[in-house]
Amino acid sequence: MVEVTLWGSVGSAAGGNKQVEVEAKNIRELFAKLAAEYPGLEPLIDNGIAVAIDGVIYRDTWSKELPEDAEIVLLPRLAGG
Amino acid sequence: MNFDAKFAAKKFNSVGTRPVRPDGVDKVTGRARYGADFNMPGQLAGAVLRSPHAHAKIKKIDVSKAEKLKGVKAVITADDLPDLTDGDSGLYNILDNCMARGRALYDGHAVAAVAAIDARTAREALKRIKVTYQVLPHVTDVDEAVAPGAPLVHEDVFTSGIDPRPKKPSNVAKRSEYGHGDVEKGFKQADFIVERRYRTEQTHQGYIEPHACVASFNADGTADMWVCTQGHFVFRQTCADLLGIDVSKLRVTSSEIGGGFGGKTHVWIEPVALALSRKAGRPVKLVMPREDVFRASGPTSATSIDVRICARKDGTITAAQADLRYSCGPYRDMWAELGAMTSFACYDLANVKSVGHEVLVNRPKTAAYRAPSAPMAAFAVESAIDELAHEIGMDPVEFRIKNAAKEGTKSSYGPVYGPIGIGPTLDAARDHPHMAAALGKNQGRGMACGFWFNFGGQTCTDLNIGLDGTVTLAVGTVDVGGARASLSLVAAEELGISYDEVKAVVADTSTLGYNDMTDGSRGTFSSSMATISAARNAIGVMKERAAAMWDIPVEDVVWEDGHAKATGAGHGNLPPLSLKEIAAAAPKTGGPIAGHSELVADGAGVSFATHICDVEVDPDTGATKVLRYTVIQDAGKAVHPDYVEGQYQGGAAQGIGWALNEEYIYGKDGRLQNPGFLDYRIPVCSDLPMIDTQILEIPNPNHPYGVRGVGETSIVPPLAAIANAVSNAVGVRLAHIPMSPPRILAALDTKKKD
Repeated sequence: MVEVTLWGSVGSAAGGNKQVEVEAKNIRELFAKLAAEYPGLEPLIDNGIAVAIDGVIYRDTWSKELPEDAEIVLLPRLAGG
Repeated sequence: MNFDAKFAAKKFNSVGTRPVRPDGVDKVTGRARYGADFNMPGQLAGAVLRSPHAHAKIKKIDVSKAEKLKGVKAVITADDLPDLTDGDSGLYNILDNCMARGRALYDGHAVAAVAAIDARTAREALKRIKVTYQVLPHVTDVDEAVAPGAPLVHEDVFTSGIDPRPKKPSNVAKRSEYGHGDVEKGFKQADFIVERRYRTEQTHQGYIEPHACVASFNADGTADMWVCTQGHFVFRQTCADLLGIDVSKLRVTSSEIGGGFGGKTHVWIEPVALALSRKAGRPVKLVMPREDVFRASGPTSATSIDVRICARKDGTITAAQADLRYSCGPYRDMWAELGAMTSFACYDLANVKSVGHEVLVNRPKTAAYRAPSAPMAAFAVESAIDELAHEIGMDPVEFRIKNAAKEGTKSSYGPVYGPIGIGPTLDAARDHPHMAAALGKNQGRGMACGFWFNFGGQTCTDLNIGLDGTVTLAVGTVDVGGARASLSLVAAEELGISYDEVKAVVADTSTLGYNDMTDGSRGTFSSSMATISAARNAIGVMKERAAAMWDIPVEDVVWEDGHAKATGAGHGNLPPLSLKEIAAAAPKTGGPIAGHSELVADGAGVSFATHICDVEVDPDTGATKVLRYTVIQDAGKAVHPDYVEGQYQGGAAQGIGWALNEEYIYGKDGRLQNPGFLDYRIPVCSDLPMIDTQILEIPNPNHPYGVRGVGETSIVPPLAAIANAVSNAVGVRLAHIPMSPPRILAALDTKKKD
């Protein structure tokens, strides 16, 4: 079980939830379970969500493992110039 | 990702040196081929008709007279770009922006396009297209757009991010909120408070090369495009989606790029050129005139930002709050959200809250501009921080040092920081001779900090070793700032050969795997990671070939200094095999030698900078001259220090223009009044001092060499650093960017009256 913080527009899409617990080993499982629990998140996940694991931002790596004691924060996918 | 990207300290031979860039001679002699330099046999000239109205219903478009003009080969409207977006609202907005569908949403919105035998005929044909408009109420100002009773850009937009959903439509497309703690509690703990509204006007990236492409639709349904872009793979995907082409049948080649800064991460004319070519059956070149570049491509947001920050007497910030309104043009986006995320990222705050509002206006679609949205937020926050330091009576640098984020700080946008560079850049600023230099009459000094996320992304690289032992490196990120030189250094470093023996090229979309856009300061970070991976794969092959040449187990072969060396008992007398010797034997040892890499480069590592600026303000004219400017920024590891310094200087130069002069000016009719470089003034050499740079190297733990992105952060602090300097010079707080002479004179007049 990992604790996940949902920030900004990501939290809004999850019914205003800012902190949720999810049984997930990696980013792929996390996305699948969040989409099932909060359908409003699905379009955001499809378009890409950034996952910060202990402060390091990952964008597309489904296989990235989620350590149980890690700080996990979901952020909107960033735009750059 | 089958590649260990962890940082490992090592002594470098090539990385960190400053060789001449491989594209330099072509660029200074005019041989380099930019977007408009490609030509095809039978090529037609394209031109686009644009709306003269800020907001209008398109009742009818009559193209019959244009089609009858001799030399016209195709005329298209939105009907020739049918909606294939299948409910994807983001893609639909791109389609609508490329060619208006029913309504023109801003002055400059494309409504029709022509392909003709020459540019003169194409322009004449545009005059013969009759568009019947019904002019609608418009709004172009970000504050007016959120006021009650403002004309609606879209009648079906209801603010998202608010619970319950609003019952009335508005121009606020989205609300987003970041932060932690209890700001009201923090405000009660404070002794000093600063509260102010800040505004920044809309600016353009100001790239010298306009958007340009040549599109060629072939009879067999395949197509080619040559285009000036920051991401040809993304352009291929977007164009294929919009035109209903298989991705594999559209080959996109990127040209040299005369500046992008985020503005060339979006398609504007490219789907139009393809649609024209499809209809005409001939190649079509489409080049945006400068006026169209301003009216219809890539400006950044205009903003209005309310900031409240407070602190105790000892200089500890107890609460910080920002309410940010960013214009998006007519399409919903995340510009205010990025402002909200970045606004307080430099500081360690117990109580912080930032709220972003995406505001729709009848202006061109907002595009990314170098650390998009961060400079405006930093202008507001860093101005308020400076004012608060003055209120408390603390030195502004010491005040920032006391409150700076550090490893373990919970950032204002969520995650806890790992090792970061804000503290070291502030320490370097405090100790820099610039901070102690004397100032004269009417002169002032300012400083400010800036933050940008940086990111990586999907990256693919091929490294091929020729029979003579020289190396070709094919990359898929676009060379926007010296990447071919930097990536050649990285390949040379890994292989143990000289820089001159590596030739880097940007491959087209049919010859290399997919690469994400070259944005987010990711070019050198991502492609150097993929280059290291590809080089190590090639070294693996060369070790196998050497083992075969020696007839020994590959486990007994190591790679050192560009040579395969045999280790272990019994092999000690074998002379090392050079890369050249192994390459020469390749036909007989298994064929071509190559290293390939495809990966997602994650872990880019956040970036911080501190800038110092001295200005002199003429109290009679209100004109500001920048006397001295210093950029201090963490690069992780500077692969090619010249181009790191160039990025630092370029960001500062663009920031100086933004801070002092650049501004989109709209008339009451909603039309842009200054779409040209004569009336929209970017800085020229004589406006700028030599911009000093100081590169800090705090290794990124998630890159083998410790590299961080460097391209964007340098534009974040200048607006605030210059505003603080000007405010200190004239003795009144400037809170509206640009600080053009009329605004400074108005501020001085107000001060006199007070």
